[in-house]
Amino acid sequence: MTERIIIAGAGGQGIMLLGKVLAEAAMLENKFVTWLPAYGAEVRGGKAFCMVIISDKEIGSPYISKADSLIIMNEPSLHHFKNRLREKGFLVLNSSLAKDALVPGYPFTDVALKLGNLKVANMVALGSYLALKNMLSRETISEVIKKMAPKDKPELIEINQKAFIAGGDLVKKNG
Amino acid sequence: MKANKILMSGNEAFGEGAIQAGCQFYAGYPITPQNELIAYMARHMPERNKVFIQAESELAAINMVFGASAAGMRAMTSSSSPGISLKQEGISYMAGSQLPGVIVNVMRGGPGLGNISPSQSDYFQATRGGGHGDYHSIVIAPASVQEAYDFMGLAFDLADKYRNTVIVLGDGILGQMMEPLRLSAANQTPQTEYQKPWALTGCKGRKPNIIRSLYLGDGVLEALNVSLQKKYQLIQQEEARYEGLFLDDAEIILVAYGTMSRISKVVVNNLRDKGKKIGMIRPITLWPFPKKAFSGLPAMCSKLLVVEMSCGQMVEDVRLSVNGKYPVEFLGRAGGGVPAEEEIIEKIESIL
Repeated sequence: MTERIIIAGAGGQGIMLLGKVLAEAAMLENKFVTWLPAYGAEVRGGKAFCMVIISDKEIGSPYISKADSLIIMNEPSLHHFKNRLREKGFLVLNSSLAKDALVPGYPFTDVALKLGNLKVANMVALGSYLALKNMLSRETISEVIKKMAPKDKPELIEINQKAFIAGGDLVKKNG
Repeated sequence: MKANKILMSGNEAFGEGAIQAGCQFYAGYPITPQNELIAYMARHMPERNKVFIQAESELAAINMVFGASAAGMRAMTSSSSPGISLKQEGISYMAGSQLPGVIVNVMRGGPGLGNISPSQSDYFQATRGGGHGDYHSIVIAPASVQEAYDFMGLAFDLADKYRNTVIVLGDGILGQMMEPLRLSAANQTPQTEYQKPWALTGCKGRKPNIIRSLYLGDGVLEALNVSLQKKYQLIQQEEARYEGLFLDDAEIILVAYGTMSRISKVVVNNLRDKGKKIGMIRPITLWPFPKKAFSGLPAMCSKLLVVEMSCGQMVEDVRLSVNGKYPVEFLGRAGGGVPAEEEIIEKIESIL
């Protein structure tokens, strides 16, 4: 099993963090994993993406030319990365901020707003993605969220975990 | 297994590896794609009562390393290609003064300011001295975040052992990429092994030490060069390191280092699964270049294929090592291009 995921959106949407939570969880489940960010003159609101590869085997290049899955959080990223998805790959789309004729997507940002924190849209997306892929256990993600939350803001643990579960529920409800 | 692995970038791993190796002094100046390394040192060196300085320039940083090393400290700096070019004068002075020191180069595309994408086009600069004069730095090339951490201990040990500069040569991918890392009590010689009677530690009760690279006396500089060459010969005999893969029966042998070696390794394993007789030599030290790896190649070996993120630099050392016995093919990309697994396979099929 090798899963190549490109996660893309706007700077400030927690794109890098989404990838890190995924990578950290994969590590805890003893997979081989690489996380590669877009780096350089990155700004809030600009283009942000990272590439995560999770595998049972040693990973060569951490760079992804054709992805098995795309997690897309806004419209410009959809246009930019759409053709990087391999045939029959998974497109996990934030329908609150991007529309695609073929893939309905899920309203990650709207769900996050309902939960009371716009910033957890990334964890909603992660919840949906893992409900579709069923690659890592919910318990591991929960553990990672606990570990990565800043020590002085423990309240962030609960909202992020809620967001993650809400993302999974979106998939269960809509199939 | 769970507890002792952490997710870290190569840049951070260089930093933590250096601290674990007893680095007492770091001076640097920011440049992409190695900023996470200087940032890591800014946070963690003072925490552990070590010296961190963000210098006013690359030149200042390498000369601060010169000073700290002359005073007997384990000292290092880091940068990326254009910044490393600026440090060459200082590195040459350290070579002339026989000072140990570790320099991490997280290579990016060149020449000039180039870009911030990964590259391996500083191979010549690193392995041939880089600054003026007849000298060599020892050059070590990690290929994973784990090795970025592990090799810092080796780098400081070799620097102290030979009173020599050591360049740890990575690239933008290795610096930026995060991977699981096992923090281990490194298999390292205790630093106390390396006495530094030459260091400038205050000469009360002993003869003063002098550290310099200016020798105007008749024949003095030539004598220094002769002794430097003796040291370099010894290093070539003792310290060449490489990793071989399927060298018993390989018909085609890939040669790659650093990031390109991990990509090549996957290619080799995939082709082996399909019954193709491919092998690989991965130089770990680039200087000294592991010539021995190329002396006992299997009888069925017909060709070597060197893969680099450059227009062809290490390929020259491979050609010198096989000395005409085997044809040496080359696949390279430049300016931030990274040969993909498919490109390597295509090239192999075209030369089979």
